[in-house]
Amino acid sequence: MQTDALRITADELDLGAVVRLASESGGDAPGRHGAVVTFVGAVRGENLGRKVVKLEYEAYEPLAVKAFGLIAGEIAGHWPGTRLALHHRVGTLGPGGISIVIAVASPHRAQAFDACRYAIERVKQIAPIWKREVFEGGESWIEGATADPSDAAAKQSAYEKACR
Amino acid sequence: MQVTIRLFARLRDIAGTPELARDVPAGATVEALWQQTAAEFPQMRPYRSSISVAVNAEYARFTQVLAAGDEVVFLPPVSGG
Repeated sequence: MQTDALRITADELDLGAVVRLASESGGDAPGRHGAVVTFVGAVRGENLGRKVVKLEYEAYEPLAVKAFGLIAGEIAGHWPGTRLALHHRVGTLGPGGISIVIAVASPHRAQAFDACRYAIERVKQIAPIWKREVFEGGESWIEGATADPSDAAAKQSAYEKACR
Repeated sequence: MQVTIRLFARLRDIAGTPELARDVPAGATVEALWQQTAAEFPQMRPYRSSISVAVNAEYARFTQVLAAGDEVVFLPPVSGG
């Protein structure tokens, strides 16, 4: 089930709202989090030497939201005291369009940076979201990782990227 | 018994539809349903090594036994972010 903090949406993403959801959720006392780190993913105008016209995003929404919840749980396990908010856009986006906003709030900055990087790596690995790239001269589905949240090697790879 | 297959991205393009209703024998596994689907749409066959699967909006295994009314989604390689 969608929560305010973990969402798939066809609407324009709002960085400020995601930051607030990460830093204020859960009824914590104000000031518990000394840091909020954000990641904003945008559509590149060039990919693999091709000029990108637009990306068409789609998601299997109920499972995508569960995937975000799994990621939130993994983050809470690795970095106790952190909170995740994550909004992913679906629909058509042109170059420069914002496709994902992640915010991680934490008592201290180091954990927030690491957890935020972990979150985007895990989204790319397991969230059932796909994009079709329309470029000058053609179009193709972008196919990345096999979505298996129990793949320990993938999880370890995301963790190492976050903490290197 | 009948199950529903939902298709996304390239698999939907191959089938030409986002949803299929298909009959499977009682006791059929996800793997059997995939084999049946790939036989109907041979262009799907190469995907077996790279897909994963969800049943009723939960990540699942190909060994899972299906029940009547299950919603099965074969997940082509993902590309969110």
